[in-house]
Amino acid sequence: MSDATPAKDRVWEVFRQEAEGDPMVHGGSVKAPDEELATHYAREFYGRRQESERLWIVPREAITELDDPDLLKPPFDRSFKRPGGFLIKHKLEAARERAGTAPAEEAGE
Amino acid sequence: MDEAARAEAFYAHVSGGGKVEPDDWMPDDYRAAVLKFVEMHANSELMGVLPEREWILRAPTLRRKLALTSKVQDEVGHAQLLYRVAEDLGKPREQMLADLLAGKTKFHNVFHYPTRSWADVGIIAWLVDAAAIVSQQALRDSSYAPYARTMKKICWEESVHIMHGRDVVLTLMNGTDAQRASVQEALDRWWGPLMQMHGPPTDPATDRDLIWKIKAKGNEQLRQEFLSIYVPRIWELGLTVPDPLLAYDEAAGQWVYTEPDWAELRSVVTGHGPKSQERLEFRREARDATQWVRDAIIGPVGTAAA
Repeated sequence: MSDATPAKDRVWEVFRQEAEGDPMVHGGSVKAPDEELATHYAREFYGRRQESERLWIVPREAITELDDPDLLKPPFDRSFKRPGGFLIKHKLEAARERAGTAPAEEAGE
Repeated sequence: MDEAARAEAFYAHVSGGGKVEPDDWMPDDYRAAVLKFVEMHANSELMGVLPEREWILRAPTLRRKLALTSKVQDEVGHAQLLYRVAEDLGKPREQMLADLLAGKTKFHNVFHYPTRSWADVGIIAWLVDAAAIVSQQALRDSSYAPYARTMKKICWEESVHIMHGRDVVLTLMNGTDAQRASVQEALDRWWGPLMQMHGPPTDPATDRDLIWKIKAKGNEQLRQEFLSIYVPRIWELGLTVPDPLLAYDEAAGQWVYTEPDWAELRSVVTGHGPKSQERLEFRREARDATQWVRDAIIGPVGTAAA
């Protein structure tokens, strides 16, 4: 973040509930120096048209994110046990180019 | 993986329909392209309220006053949502406002023109918003995911604005001869800027916003879409479009029209429109007059480079 951000201003993520019983779904974020103003802004942007049952307003720093594919989508397909499980074409092209050993382009390519 | 290979993989990801979130790694030129696009959009929402705001006190009925006030409030809200998206790409809001007011960044051509009558207000809310929504619907699947999500919300909120505009126009068209004439006169003045609004056609092979799927459709495709939907709706009211060449070419499958004045577009968006400086000055005065509020609430901002 740039130095021009005022020290008191913070980002708050807003979650909203569309209808009773629905899960809380991320709607967007607002910028405010404190919880009270953040709540007012959240209401203005995500509730002014009576479109939300409920809002959660959460400081961005309070959110822990997990996006590691090894944990969320681990490669349990065992493709590493099969010959077709390794696709080296593009890596080989890149390596040859870097080493300067790429074959001359074929006519018409 | 080195920088260049990483960038190549990124471009393939976005060109192939992949999405990007704010804290993902991005090549500088993609980040800059999205920022420029979103920043101009945010500027346009902020400046776009001024032509209509000028008519709140002059609207013919209380209901129209309330509807217009609500529309203005919505548009400022859209500006706020878009500045928020742009901020997460690394440019502070204060800097974006400073650049807009210094004339360094742009806003859409249509907001540089005067509103001369109540009919203008109807034409703007109907046709200018319609042209904008044609663009905005094509952004709902942007590769930059926060922008795509914001566009879905904005499109939903804009749909009511177009209905309001069409209602104003229909009310005038069902009124007196003078009222009908005022609508035709307004359309005659606004048609040129409307045709320029989507911009000159770009080459799909070099339009990076299109290649990287920041936007889904090219300028000409958007203009054709706008014409296909709205020209019949204009004609069915008995209005004429002030372009003798405007016609749908069945064989070519597209509308033909007089080439828009691209020189006018360039001149206007660089701040030489009839109302450009007056409206920017209004914004400067408003910013200066309310500085004490921002200082009190969030504290003085450390000055970025002017």
